Amino acid sequence: MLISKDDRLIFEKSSAGRTGAGLPTAFIAAKNPFKTLNPKFRRKEDAQFPEVAEPEIIRHYVNLSRKNFSIDTHFYPLGSCTMKYNPKLNEWAAAQEGFSQVHPHQPESTIQGYMHILYELEQFLKTMTGMDHFTLQPAAGAHGELTGMMLIHAYHHSRGDTKRRKVLVPDSSHGTNPATAALLGYEVVTLKSNARGRVDLAELKSHLDETSACLMLTNPNTMGLFESDILEITKAVHQAGALLYYDGANLNALLGIARPGDMGFDIVHLNLHKTFSTPHGGGGPGAGPVGVKAYLLPFLPHPLVEKTGSAYRWAAESKQSVGRVKSFFGNAGMLLRAYTYIVTLGIDGIKKISEDAVINANYLKEKLKDVLPVAVDEVCMHEFVLTLKAAKAKGIHSGDVGKRLLDYGYHAPTVHFPLVVDEALMIEPTESESRETLDLFIAALRQIAREIEESPELVLGAPWTMPIGRPDEVKAARNPILTYRDVVREREKNAKEPVASKP
Amino acid sequence: MNFPKELKYTKTHEWAKREGNLITVGITDYAQKEISDVVFVEAPKLNAVVEKGKAMAVVESVKAAFDIYAPVSGKVVKVNTNLEGDPAIVNQDAYGRGFFCQIEMASAADWDALLTSEAYEKAIKEGAH
Repeated sequence: MLISKDDRLIFEKSSAGRTGAGLPTAFIAAKNPFKTLNPKFRRKEDAQFPEVAEPEIIRHYVNLSRKNFSIDTHFYPLGSCTMKYNPKLNEWAAAQEGFSQVHPHQPESTIQGYMHILYELEQFLKTMTGMDHFTLQPAAGAHGELTGMMLIHAYHHSRGDTKRRKVLVPDSSHGTNPATAALLGYEVVTLKSNARGRVDLAELKSHLDETSACLMLTNPNTMGLFESDILEITKAVHQAGALLYYDGANLNALLGIARPGDMGFDIVHLNLHKTFSTPHGGGGPGAGPVGVKAYLLPFLPHPLVEKTGSAYRWAAESKQSVGRVKSFFGNAGMLLRAYTYIVTLGIDGIKKISEDAVINANYLKEKLKDVLPVAVDEVCMHEFVLTLKAAKAKGIHSGDVGKRLLDYGYHAPTVHFPLVVDEALMIEPTESESRETLDLFIAALRQIAREIEESPELVLGAPWTMPIGRPDEVKAARNPILTYRDVVREREKNAKEPVASKP
Repeated sequence: MNFPKELKYTKTHEWAKREGNLITVGITDYAQKEISDVVFVEAPKLNAVVEKGKAMAVVESVKAAFDIYAPVSGKVVKVNTNLEGDPAIVNQDAYGRGFFCQIEMASAADWDALLTSEAYEKAIKEGAH
């Protein structure tokens, strides 16, 4: 039994008075915070920390981590998430004392090295995207979107153009796009894609008017297809006085090949935790820098790094800035890792990323399309979408295939998304994978396709080999128990309810 | 699948029932099956003015969140408050206890423009999503 059978929560392993470390009593007496702390800051009751010894803590968390699928343990073809390998060199750089021990309140003269890296990263991102300025503050993709939408709002309002209340999104867009627009109070208009899985120009034009604030677009889109009408799209959007927002989730297909700035996008967010190999998916935090064209510079959040000769300083704050969107300089450790990745590969290496990512995706698609139909069968970019609608008649959904893949040792692809494809299975191999890994994955999916025909119960009951198989998602969503306090409250509630007497 | 003849429908999978000028609204049996287990409903607000074809509510399942569009323009005069505590009734009884709200219709022309059960069934078969 490689994975511990002990499924108790860390709180349930607690034993009063047990400790992991002891502090010298003389030290505690001398530093007693209760002597100096204003009593109003003291909590009324002790915090309910679990009391456990060090070996128990270590075993607890190591065992939890062994229940995980991660990019360090498995192939992880989660579409639109770009789960590429995260080079250990990034971690080495971030662990260097000169970076790991700096404090954000240090005077700028003592963190010139870090500022150099932030500045250089910005220069690179500008070159790579064709944008004029970047804020490195946003902490993730959706946070970048929020920042971008705040910029759009600030821009229109600065011109007295206050009637723009609508944000346009394609029906294949990432859920965070409409969610971000709605969060800022915009009315979301969903555009129906055309038969080729792309933005329908006529549909777009019919919705564009003096109330449109912007179009949010991912390119290549969620179907893994390049929006080939992009220049006409940007022209139409700009003619209506609206702006174009680029969701950088899928930039991994275009590095060194095409630039959103050249396509006419006004604002771009990048996901460093996707495209630039910083940790992703629980291992984060993320980083979602936002790039803009020159005319939007006054609205960018602060601080921004400025170069003066050979030194760096924080730029003076613009009065029109939307303000800070994150404390200090964003997730600086992630910016450092992304910078490491970029200088390790160099410009030529960066271009190869996208070439390999696109070749890997097309290889998988071609080898799989005779068993599972492709939603839009064209040459794809870095990802593609299969449809399992034929299996639906047998009661098998794409989520079941995702579960079955776990038994074969692969993380599930993205399932049931994009919503425009019935029973979608969205696969993004990234450039990290060798042909051998891809061939094994193809064999597994072909085997599962056979199982759907011959022994569907194998798929319906999957996974058979995981420590946790099918958690009750419906119950979890309807009655979320998220903290130990919730657990205790549930237990107390259940204890109070009268127990039916035995007959 | 069940599409009662006395109801009218939209291409976006809402049903509407008419009593005078009062229109009761919910999502169809087809819609509840497609989105699977409903876990949350953001019902319209009482007295809200809704516009035909515009989003008026949100339904969330384990799969995703979906907008619910007003089949007619008018004022929301009744809201199904049971949905808050027990969203599963949308799956259990889509045309009954799982209704979303009642709208006082501003113009009867809106009602006439809605789909009959036959037209809705045809639209589903043609793959209108």
